[in-house]
Amino acid sequence: MSSVLDREIPLSAIEPEHIDGEPERVRHIRSQAAERFNALGWPTTRLEEWKYTSLAALASNDWKFDRKLPNDRTGTSPFGEKAAAELMFVNGMLYANRASLANEHPGIRIVPMREAMDSELFAQHFARYADYEKHAMTALNTALWQDGAYIEIAPGTVVEGFIHICSISGPVKEHPVMTQLRNLIVAGRGSQITVVETFFGAGPYFTNAVTEIVAGEGAVVDHYKYENESLDAFHIGTVQIHQERSSNVTSRTIALGGGLVRNEINAALAGEGASLSMEGIFVLSGRQHVDNHTVIDHVAPHCDSVELFKGVLDENARGIFDGRIIVEPDAVKTNSRQTNKNLLLSETAVIDSKPSLEIHNDDVKCNHGSTIGQLDEEALFYLRSRGIGAEEARNLLVYAFASEIVERMKVPVVRETAAGALFLRMPGRMAEKLGRTEEVIN
Amino acid sequence: MLDIKDLHAGIDGKEILKGLTLHVGTGEVHAIMGPNGSGKSTLANVLAGRPKYEVISGTVTYQGKDLLTLPTEERSREGVFLAMQYPVEIPGVNNIYFLKAALNAVRKHRGEEELDAMEFLQLAREKMKLVELDEAFMSRGVNEGFSGGEKKRNEIFQMAVLDPKLAILDETDSGLDIDALRIVAQGVNALRSEKHSVLVITHYQRLLRYLVPDFVHVLADGRIVKSGGKELAEELEQKGYEWIEEEVAAAR
Repeated sequence: MSSVLDREIPLSAIEPEHIDGEPERVRHIRSQAAERFNALGWPTTRLEEWKYTSLAALASNDWKFDRKLPNDRTGTSPFGEKAAAELMFVNGMLYANRASLANEHPGIRIVPMREAMDSELFAQHFARYADYEKHAMTALNTALWQDGAYIEIAPGTVVEGFIHICSISGPVKEHPVMTQLRNLIVAGRGSQITVVETFFGAGPYFTNAVTEIVAGEGAVVDHYKYENESLDAFHIGTVQIHQERSSNVTSRTIALGGGLVRNEINAALAGEGASLSMEGIFVLSGRQHVDNHTVIDHVAPHCDSVELFKGVLDENARGIFDGRIIVEPDAVKTNSRQTNKNLLLSETAVIDSKPSLEIHNDDVKCNHGSTIGQLDEEALFYLRSRGIGAEEARNLLVYAFASEIVERMKVPVVRETAAGALFLRMPGRMAEKLGRTEEVIN
Repeated sequence: MLDIKDLHAGIDGKEILKGLTLHVGTGEVHAIMGPNGSGKSTLANVLAGRPKYEVISGTVTYQGKDLLTLPTEERSREGVFLAMQYPVEIPGVNNIYFLKAALNAVRKHRGEEELDAMEFLQLAREKMKLVELDEAFMSRGVNEGFSGGEKKRNEIFQMAVLDPKLAILDETDSGLDIDALRIVAQGVNALRSEKHSVLVITHYQRLLRYLVPDFVHVLADGRIVKSGGKELAEELEQKGYEWIEEEVAAAR
């Protein structure tokens, strides 16, 4: 283990970072992934899928692994003790494990990835969905990952509450470090589970995380990705979802932080009658650059997908929504809707919205669309005409735009944290007042 | 209460009010009637400070203050309320939250203590009964999915909660059935006192049966061309606006 600490990893040509005692299959995959990364190289804007986002600043840096705590920071969970189980990682290495209580249930297994590599389902699913052959950043993670969360839920098991995977990053002694977190979630047939991933940190660092989610037949999986990285950080994250027959997955992405962020959320509806709800909200200001890239692949017949991404962009922020829905030849009776809505708060903020459909059979119901708008002057006037100040009125309307997604979040602490963070991002600090609304509504 | 002198105003470079003069005393209810395009809504919007409306000349004094220099929210906090002709829908902004924020902004301005959630709810419930609005509406977005009549009743409900000194009703009666009309009138009548003034802007006389004005003015081509008591409204209803327009034309 110590072999990887405090060592520079030149990312121009990488070597697989094997973990002591890893099974042959994992060793093999790592080596292959390293080869693929070296062959593919860093993605450049010449690639259609990366045309809006340059990684030049990221690729030119030297990054280190280190599992020491970042300067002057302690690892505290944003959700206190509210999670049913929690694995906390600092710079991609295990820092705290609060899963023992949940693991007393015979159907639940929540362990660090390092401890899961021998299990049968790990062997069956690991690296099977996130494609390191084609995607350089997935290859990079697959070759270098050191730890992450492995969650295995037995058939028919309903997990109460939510499981929290917490990633904290930050430089150690001024050295920029990288987090190569790797998670695998396997929800067995008819099981039910809610997983919340959070990413935050301080100072400059580079997170490249990959999460694979397998929703077995009839499984219900709610997944949240709450990204609030440091404004000096690079964040590249891939969530790869595989859905079997009649499974029901909800994926919610909340992107608030990070200097340069790439959110890849991909799902394959591989079994008949599966349904997917994919939602995202990104709220950007300053010089933030957030690229949301989603692929929903309808492989099997009779599947439904509904996708909604909303962006709020202020100052000089740059946002991208590039969403693709693919309907394969066999995926008849597909029902799919894709929407991207954006709110621009300044003259200098930029959004590129690129929804797209790729349909290979004619027995489908699909639609997609995107909107880009400013704050509604009529609504602003209405609020002000009732005595609400201009700034507060503006904040209310921005929140209202985002609230459609925030208020659908089922985990109360995530919803409240997201709502609070949204208000903190606005001038006028409305968070306190929001707290009081809840009483009024109820 | 309100003193408008020789007001010229318009929108998009087009002059619509062409020298309007009107005095509304404290405790009085005035009705302003007029055909389409006479400037009724422009007057309401200029008084409330809607962006894009430009004042060319003239003065508006409200309780001794120059109303036209105050930003929209200040006018509201000072007690001017506009019940809008077309209330906007604001999905995502909770009705009750919105109104509580508004009331507390007004109360703070008046130097009164802000209401907490319980106190506010109590007040809101009481006023909801007055306009016969179902409580379920309150947890929805502002005007979201409301019917036309519900939107107008919501305006009157907001007015009742905010307790303005000067209420301006911009065609609140348009498109309302007789029940809704009665409810709107009921709300406004509840506000009537020697301290409150009301300016009812309308095309029709119907509302004025329930909401009997002290004064009626006829607005034509951006000016008040005729003023009188409540009987003027009835005359207009019977004869239409043509005779007024003819009178105005003849006087030129």
